[in-house]
Amino acid sequence: MFGFIASRLLQAIPVLLVVGFIAFALFAYVGDPVNMLLGQDHTEAQRLALVRQLGLDQPFFVQYGRFLCAALHGDFGISYRLAQPVGALLAERLPATLELAVTASVLAFAIGVPMGVYTGIHRDTLVSRLFMTGSLVGVSLPTFLLGILLILVFSVWLGWLPSFGRGPVVHIGRWWTTGFASWAAIRCLILPAITLGLFQMTLIMRLVRAEMLEVLRADYIKFARARGLTRRSIDFGHALKNTLVPVITIIGLQFGGIVAFSLVTETVFQWPGMGLLLVQSVAAADIPVLSAYLLLIALVFVLINLAVDLLYYAVDPRLRSRR
Amino acid sequence: MFARARDSDLAYDFFHAPVAMAAALIGLVLILAAFLAPWIAPHNPMDVASLSLMDSFKPPIGMDGADWSNPLGTDNQGRDVLSAIMYGLRVSLTAGLLSVLFAIVTGIVIGLLAGYAGGLTDAVLMRIADVQLTFPSILTALLVDGVITAVLPRTMRDALQLYVIIFAIGISLWPSFARTVRGSTLVERNKDYVLAARVIGVPSWKIMLRHVLPNVTGPVLVIGTLSLGLAVIAEATLSFLGVGLPPTQPSLGTLIRFGDDFLFSGQWWVTVFPGLTLIVLVLAINLLGDWLRDALNPRLR
Repeated sequence: MFGFIASRLLQAIPVLLVVGFIAFALFAYVGDPVNMLLGQDHTEAQRLALVRQLGLDQPFFVQYGRFLCAALHGDFGISYRLAQPVGALLAERLPATLELAVTASVLAFAIGVPMGVYTGIHRDTLVSRLFMTGSLVGVSLPTFLLGILLILVFSVWLGWLPSFGRGPVVHIGRWWTTGFASWAAIRCLILPAITLGLFQMTLIMRLVRAEMLEVLRADYIKFARARGLTRRSIDFGHALKNTLVPVITIIGLQFGGIVAFSLVTETVFQWPGMGLLLVQSVAAADIPVLSAYLLLIALVFVLINLAVDLLYYAVDPRLRSRR
Repeated sequence: MFARARDSDLAYDFFHAPVAMAAALIGLVLILAAFLAPWIAPHNPMDVASLSLMDSFKPPIGMDGADWSNPLGTDNQGRDVLSAIMYGLRVSLTAGLLSVLFAIVTGIVIGLLAGYAGGLTDAVLMRIADVQLTFPSILTALLVDGVITAVLPRTMRDALQLYVIIFAIGISLWPSFARTVRGSTLVERNKDYVLAARVIGVPSWKIMLRHVLPNVTGPVLVIGTLSLGLAVIAEATLSFLGVGLPPTQPSLGTLIRFGDDFLFSGQWWVTVFPGLTLIVLVLAINLLGDWLRDALNPRLR
């Protein structure tokens, strides 16, 4: 077990170093920080002093090391666009993105699994066909368009739900803000969460259905029927339990996708999260924010992959015996 | 050649799959509408001189004040929505097709190389593909696009934007092609006919192109079709986010972004019709891709 974790961690380090290198190369070679900081009027001596002060006269790898060191301490430089420290900018927006992503995942799981179980057990009913056709439309529907259509129907035409922003948030501790504290903020969360969760929901539904069909053919299900167990106990106790392993894995892997796709949803709904910050930074070529986001998202993905690997290890006994 | 295509299994399968035929028909209509746009579109949306503010925000047929010269209504500048959609479809399809083509070529080259060379080359290339596969393609495309845009001088940005988008989306899609091609290459590499070709001294690149490559056309075609749907969505998303194609070359995504501003003032048609076109296009592509996957995979029959 320990060896397995250690080897996975060791494999993750080069990935992070390479991404860090790309982030640093961006940071160092795109745009000229000295010109940006000095402005028009300066003497050559002032310029040299600033170059020395920023450490730009040091060899490349010394600068890279310093960059990594600063990044480890949460210091990603100053945003060109907003003139604020990038670390603080990201930290301020992280709660909004995470709350949205978690709500969307929970929604996708809570609706997708029952739909998948139903279509798996009752293959040829009208409702199943409806669900399957609907899921294909769901896969073909671009996230941003779904958001716009939801806004059109529920905000413009029906006037039931707000169309932008996060509503009144409550501060918890120093870093966290939550929108779960008031009904007004929860109302703001509904449309973005549906927009973000629908794709995952169709994915989960199709996956659960495929797995259910596979498992229901297995011998032990026939055997359970022969033993005279009730249908409910077979469907849920025996079949569903065995389908959930791959489903949980996929949901874990997809969580990274949800965080990434939240950038589209956040733009449509003007949700003040990291994704909106990223899109605005790309449009303004704000390199420090881009490179910090790149590092952060790489870290998130490495951690998710690691967690999924560990989950496999815990779930699949064959992996344990091979090592 | 034609008779051979007509009598093939694939054609038989196709003419017995109504969903696939309907999808192909819709796809064909959309492609024709896109590429014949300069000749069949009722107006030229690029021609600023023909626009009149008097015509702005005309509603589509079926609502009060509509007329047949603008069947789907007009936008804030009096631009015909139907014509704008046809020209936008052109840009969307071009960007989608070219980026998939780029991804296919890159994927095939890397996949053949990795599968045929093996060893360290294989390990490094596939590790890169694995890492990239776990990364959502829209994020890759957005970051690549952002970085290239930052590097390019400001004056060249608009002119090169289409190629930047094609590159960014293509780069985000290559790993699935590379993995498939590599898998088939590994299988074919050790077959007797490849060994025979090697024994008589056929150079490696020729073996790869003439003997190994033809074996992967099926899977590449399937992934290519499904990737086309992804590429069209990716381009529309980037354009919607405002980091895609410049406003002088409006794609469907750009049209949706423009229309989004008029949602609250009641002119829903400016954004809904390009949106529906996009959905129908992607749905047709996905249905065709699904059918192709099932038809080429005898295991599922």
